[in-house]
Amino acid sequence: MARKGQPIDNRSALPLVAPFVLVYGAMFIYPTVLMVAMSLTNSSLTVAGEWVGWDNYAKLLTDKRFGVAISNTLLFVLLTVVPGTLVGLGLAMLVNRLSGVWRSVALATFFLPYILPVSSVTTMVYLLTYPGAPLGNIYQRGGQAVSLWYNISTFIPAVAILTIWWTVGFTVLIFLAGLRTLPRELYDAARIDGANRLTTFTAITWPLIWPVTALVVTLQTIMQFKVFDQVFLLALSGRVDPTMVLVQYVYTVAFQRNQAGYGSAVAVGLYVVVMVLSVLQWQATRLRSAR
Amino acid sequence: MTALQAKRLDTVGMLVSLLTLGLAIAWAFPICWSLFATATPAPGASLLSVLENYRQVIFETSLGRWYINSIVTSGGVTLIVLAISSACGYAISQINFTGRTVLWFMILASFMIPVQALIVNHFFLIYQLGLLNTWLGVILPQLIAPISVIVYKGFFDNVPDEYREAAQIDGARHWQIFLGIYLPMNWGITVALGIIVFIGAWNAFLWPFLAVTKPELMNVTVGATESWSGEVSELITAVMVALPVAVLYLLFQRKVTDAISFSTGIKG
Repeated sequence: MARKGQPIDNRSALPLVAPFVLVYGAMFIYPTVLMVAMSLTNSSLTVAGEWVGWDNYAKLLTDKRFGVAISNTLLFVLLTVVPGTLVGLGLAMLVNRLSGVWRSVALATFFLPYILPVSSVTTMVYLLTYPGAPLGNIYQRGGQAVSLWYNISTFIPAVAILTIWWTVGFTVLIFLAGLRTLPRELYDAARIDGANRLTTFTAITWPLIWPVTALVVTLQTIMQFKVFDQVFLLALSGRVDPTMVLVQYVYTVAFQRNQAGYGSAVAVGLYVVVMVLSVLQWQATRLRSAR
Repeated sequence: MTALQAKRLDTVGMLVSLLTLGLAIAWAFPICWSLFATATPAPGASLLSVLENYRQVIFETSLGRWYINSIVTSGGVTLIVLAISSACGYAISQINFTGRTVLWFMILASFMIPVQALIVNHFFLIYQLGLLNTWLGVILPQLIAPISVIVYKGFFDNVPDEYREAAQIDGARHWQIFLGIYLPMNWGITVALGIIVFIGAWNAFLWPFLAVTKPELMNVTVGATESWSGEVSELITAVMVALPVAVLYLLFQRKVTDAISFSTGIKG
């Protein structure tokens, strides 16, 4: 790690490193410490409160809404990560067959939604699925079309499908990079041996692409655990509690009930989960590159 | 290969191509439908009414104001992130200094910071600084970008040491070598990172939503969700909000996908 044979040169390094370190300290390290400290107090959003010890965490354990938020988040993660990864691999394989202009066009088509802002995406899909619109009759109750977003049981699955459509481009991109590294000779050999497409996939593509799949699954899990925007924007029209996700609960507690101390405790839970997943992911990539 | 086999292969290939086409159409459908809906005049109205609808949304709402807020804050985030992370990446890559290893591992460990978990404390902090409802208040918490440092370090590591050594023999200081040699040599990655940081900041919703309560200071992504103005106006707004990033992507497709690949560590 150390640059061998080079003398320590703090005077040259300081002006180059200082701006980043200052921002990193002030906007990441300090807020993180503040989060933990505030979670042990009864602070409001604007006024530091009094020390209450572990009270907030004790409260968390019996908080029904927190439980609902966790199970909704887990359901959302499950419904986006697994199908999203499979869809991503499928689309990547389809794009990978193409070459030249068609390849670029296909990739751009699947990738474009990913770079659109969440407010545009939710508006478009909300209106597209509104009763009377082209996809407005997907869900019906008593012969009457009902918006997917007004119904508790369809809400999370519908947001999951929206999210897969919106973000799968990212997954496709990673899988495409992975598919490019698979050795051509194996496929040639398989063809000479008369292997069909299914065998070629299960015997060559799937096992060889597995490290990439693992990377995609961890990246997706981290990303989807932090879901807020689309759930929040689409739930505006109805009751929020039954479809609440974790970040939304942090927001509700801290910003709507003005209980920043308790909100911080919820955030600590979220933070720990995501950081653990990140470390696991980093270890996994390190193992992969070490091999 | 017999003629029969070749023919079968061809049919399967055709079917797969058709499947690809069908999925591509499905993927493009929500966006195409929205564009189409905004471009269809109401029954009995002339084609000019479409332009009139667009004109109303663009000039008679706060959209222009929100655009300025988004451009300033996203541009600010992009410039500052590029400046501080390239300098830091250069130092970690090329200079030996106290705490270098510790700093590098902290940056690596924060690869995927859950910023969403810090909203409460960012708000508390920005409130204490008196920066709620300001551009700076929107910008500051978006400046944590360890990934940019990681990408820059990777690129600077690949520059042969001889460039730096030759410049040092000529008496150049590190900041001069960074600005004069390393940064210009890696211009491509600066452009690529710049584009995705800008797109990310433009698309950011949660923090800009929390940090601003005055309608005239909202970013375009937040302002667009604030009122209900009827289906067509909503869709036109959605199109206008997405337009800059969509154009940026379509113009610089390769740069965008490259930058994302570098940021996830699958390339470079």
